[in-house]
Amino acid sequence: MKNNSMLEIKNLHASVDDKEILKGIDLKVNAGEVHAIMGPNGSGKSTLAEVIAGQEEFEVGEGNILLEGEDLEELSPEERAHKGVFLSFQYPVEIPGVSVTNFMKTAINESRKAQGLEDMPANEMLKKIREKSEMLEIDRKFLSRSLNEGFSGGEKKRNEIFQMAMMEPKLAILDETDSGLDIDALRIVANGVNKLRSKDNAIIVITHYQRLLEYIVPDFVHVLYNGKIVKSGTKELALELEEKGYDWLKEEAAV
Amino acid sequence: MDLKEKLVSSFMAFEDGLDLDHPVHEERSNAMKNFETKGFPTKKDEAWKYTSLRGLQKVDFSIFPKHETTLEYKDVKKYFLHEIDTYKIVFVDGVYSSYLSETTHDGVDICLMSSAFSKPMFQQVIEVYFNKAASKDESLTSLNTAFSKEGAYIYIPKNKMPKKPIQILHLATGNEAALMLQPRNLIVAEDNAEVQIIERHQSLTGNEVFTNSVTEIFAGKDAIVDYYKVQNDEPTASLVDNTYISQKRSSVVRVHTFSLGGKLIRNNLNFYQNGERIDSTLKGVTILGDKQHVDHHTLVHHAQPNCESHQDYKGIFGDSSTGVFNGKIIVDKIAQKTDAFQQNNNILLSDRSTINSKPQLEIFADDVKCSHGCTIGQLDEEAMFYLRSRGIPKKEAKALLMYAFANNVLESVRIPELKARINKIIADKLGVRMGFDL
Repeated sequence: MKNNSMLEIKNLHASVDDKEILKGIDLKVNAGEVHAIMGPNGSGKSTLAEVIAGQEEFEVGEGNILLEGEDLEELSPEERAHKGVFLSFQYPVEIPGVSVTNFMKTAINESRKAQGLEDMPANEMLKKIREKSEMLEIDRKFLSRSLNEGFSGGEKKRNEIFQMAMMEPKLAILDETDSGLDIDALRIVANGVNKLRSKDNAIIVITHYQRLLEYIVPDFVHVLYNGKIVKSGTKELALELEEKGYDWLKEEAAV
Repeated sequence: MDLKEKLVSSFMAFEDGLDLDHPVHEERSNAMKNFETKGFPTKKDEAWKYTSLRGLQKVDFSIFPKHETTLEYKDVKKYFLHEIDTYKIVFVDGVYSSYLSETTHDGVDICLMSSAFSKPMFQQVIEVYFNKAASKDESLTSLNTAFSKEGAYIYIPKNKMPKKPIQILHLATGNEAALMLQPRNLIVAEDNAEVQIIERHQSLTGNEVFTNSVTEIFAGKDAIVDYYKVQNDEPTASLVDNTYISQKRSSVVRVHTFSLGGKLIRNNLNFYQNGERIDSTLKGVTILGDKQHVDHHTLVHHAQPNCESHQDYKGIFGDSSTGVFNGKIIVDKIAQKTDAFQQNNNILLSDRSTINSKPQLEIFADDVKCSHGCTIGQLDEEAMFYLRSRGIPKKEAKALLMYAFANNVLESVRIPELKARINKIIADKLGVRMGFDL
């Protein structure tokens, strides 16, 4: 039988300034699946996302992160990106003077270079930009603006998903992509993400709220609390959390 | 013999070759007296606290080049902004090169100081403007005035605008083991005139060069002057640039200074506002490494009401490089409604690099808007992670962030080819290929 594991995390521990934030995470995500990770503030959700993407600020102690069976431990953030890891940031950074288009060209061609490929031909690049921006209902003018500079919260998030569409990652992690979005923007972003779902990639959606999961329906839902996954289930778990909050899980975890 | 003594004795020889009845002669003699009294500035002078000229004074500089050298255009083409058509005033070891230059007298005068000094048709302009904005007190300016003989002369009459930008290029061939250069430029844009100027000093070898330059710029009513200084010289070339700008009512003068290479760079940039509704802009990008040193001393003197000034200096310092920003703003009592803005941001890339940043505000009017800000920091780690997570390697990510940091200054460059050139110099310096024009 073909092993279709996209991401496998085994007993992952991570800390910053000697403070342990992730305390033994186990997670397996197969190609074609969407997993949601929920949990209260400070439970370690964003840390998990950043550790997978290779943020060097965190000290990874025990444990492994495997992408298609390959250990990512020694790889830099850019090498992970070249292997197909993508993180949609909760707070995207502003880069004045570098347009969205030029930023995407640089990102895509750097990845191609790492794979021993030539730069993407200009017409192909333009076609792709046009196609993906239309999919996300992004105005052409928007693409010549400086990356994230003066963007509204919603524009920043939509731009993150546009980048995801352009980079076509194997594993996409969406960190609080729903925060700061009104209902229309949420729908557009979610539709975009759904169009990018395929049997060959996997998506991890990190969110506080069940709302996003009405649009991006997950195959599995995990609850992260105090640096550990304390409960896993199907999409019904998200509804249960919406109704009952997190306190019952905190109590359960304390026992 | 130290450099000061050598200069004093050279002055006598210099005078022998000149017309002693010329009205400028007295200016030269007085200037020499001032330099003789004061000598080179030392670290005891408050304005020179962080920049030492002691090392340069120990070098045995030739004051006048012994050889005359001709250069082939193809060998120096890369130092020109050759992508666009321009007027060119080119000096090789301080001597005018007619072969490399393209001057004009067609409606505007774009030529040489030596011509302006000697020909009667320019005498009136020289009498009205020469040495009228430059300091008679500052010793290095006096030293330049004493030896003033050659440089760029640009005169744009009322309502005129040259057909194309002007490049002033000072090349040092290295035919002297060590050469001191003292170019003297005079730029006059009369009422409602407009001009764009690019200036560059370039040494062609690793031989020592010390340039002590003075530029006077006069902007008439409603005139617009854009002046770009490209400082990307060899690590054995030092530059003291003294620029004095005198502005009349509603004029706009913008000076951009790109300090990207050299051993020691000192910029004394002085703006005097002599009318209402004047706009003065001073912007700079500094990117240095090794043991390079740059010192930006700016002065904006608001002497009339309702004027503006905008200063924005960005500095990136790597290795053991050192920087100074000293921004002085004077607002006279009469200069109500002045709007003076000053910003100096710095990034230190290494533990050994230093920046000393000092705003100096002397405000005597009570209804003014003056703001100043200074930051010193490192490259934003979060931003680095963001770029790297998009597959952009560390070196390229760093370069992108530096571009972004310097962007405010770069985006106000009004000659696109020059902007592209500066970007290329920066990219080459950082050893990256950006794959697009920023």
